[in-house]
Amino acid sequence: MAETREPRLEYVLRLGDSALVLGQRLSEWCGHAPVLEEELALANTALDLLGQARLLLTRAGQMEGAGRDEDALAFLRDPQAFRNVTLVELPNGDFARTVLRNLLFCAFQEQLWAGLRASSDAELAAIAAKSAKETRYHVEHAADWCVRLGDGTDESHQRMQEALDTLWPYTAELFTADAVDEAAAATGFGPAWASLEAGWQKLVRPVLEEATLAVPAPTAFRSTGKGGVHSEHLGHLLALMQTLPRSHPGARW
Amino acid sequence: MLSSARAWEVLATVPDPEIPVLSVCDLGIVRHVQADDEGVAVTLTPTYSGCPATEAIAADVRAALVEAGAGSVEVQTRLDPPWTTDWISEAGQEKLRRYGIAPPHTLQPAAPRPVRLVPRAVACPRCASKRTTRLSAFGSTACKALYRCEDCREPFDYFKPL
Repeated sequence: MAETREPRLEYVLRLGDSALVLGQRLSEWCGHAPVLEEELALANTALDLLGQARLLLTRAGQMEGAGRDEDALAFLRDPQAFRNVTLVELPNGDFARTVLRNLLFCAFQEQLWAGLRASSDAELAAIAAKSAKETRYHVEHAADWCVRLGDGTDESHQRMQEALDTLWPYTAELFTADAVDEAAAATGFGPAWASLEAGWQKLVRPVLEEATLAVPAPTAFRSTGKGGVHSEHLGHLLALMQTLPRSHPGARW
Repeated sequence: MLSSARAWEVLATVPDPEIPVLSVCDLGIVRHVQADDEGVAVTLTPTYSGCPATEAIAADVRAALVEAGAGSVEVQTRLDPPWTTDWISEAGQEKLRRYGIAPPHTLQPAAPRPVRLVPRAVACPRCASKRTTRLSAFGSTACKALYRCEDCREPFDYFKPL
């Protein structure tokens, strides 16, 4: 069973866990990227996401008031306590799927940060203002690659289209309204994610069009990661990420 | 006990660990210094969320002030307003150029933009030619991109506007 918490805490955990899990996924490219330039780009993007996750999970720990810091939240929770969207926990796949996911998720983050600048929580507003600057570079870089590969060779186009067909259904979760969303919007804590869809579509669709990719038709499928019900992939990711602090509690270097 | 003015002088000698020609003051991350009988309180604004130098900088600032006789030193972090490359001093920009890093363009006021930006012409820090090509959107650190000059043929880093 998923733990239920105060809605505003759930809201911040969704933000922090999504940034953390995508940061961890992108770190897997370290030493494996197709070219050195992308090695640097993916690692730097991962670092920014981890930095955002640290600030957000620190804030979540303060709000929770149970004495858990960023490390306790990142390393000592089980998969069902994570509130990241399912999109970010899916395996990297090939380079096409990796850059496409970066476009889809980072464009969503861009909408989020814009809305969060007006948050009634001053700390969250500050994190959003800071993160927005970094996210802009992540979106730009991912968009460049989506167009280059989508409107590239037959092979690269086919891989991008496969990536889009695979990932697109998972984007519906981002904009599915629920009680956490409604509570955040009603109290001025943060924008309802459902309200961000129009802006996100406006950012993402022209890039996909320029990339000559066909956007799949909507389906009834809804992933449920932000509610704590994840795919089978998250447990494996966390096992790798958490093994050291769990095997050696309190280890420092 | 250290005066505020003296504390600023000390801070002007603390280098950024990644770009040691710049001091933390040149970089514009020292936002406030308060010195009194108790000691010195310094407020720093971090650059990138993922910058691995952030913690090293706080430790270096503390060590430099303690060595200068500041007594107790408190280093605070302030996120808001967020750091921008516009806070890099003019002297800092010149130091960057002489170090071989093209300084960042001044940020334009926020305006609606297409998702894909066309990078502006970046002048080569060695020969000042504007015939340059971007080789890599991310360089040796998140804050830089890698360029090459088409005239002197040298590669160089460009400090990206943030």
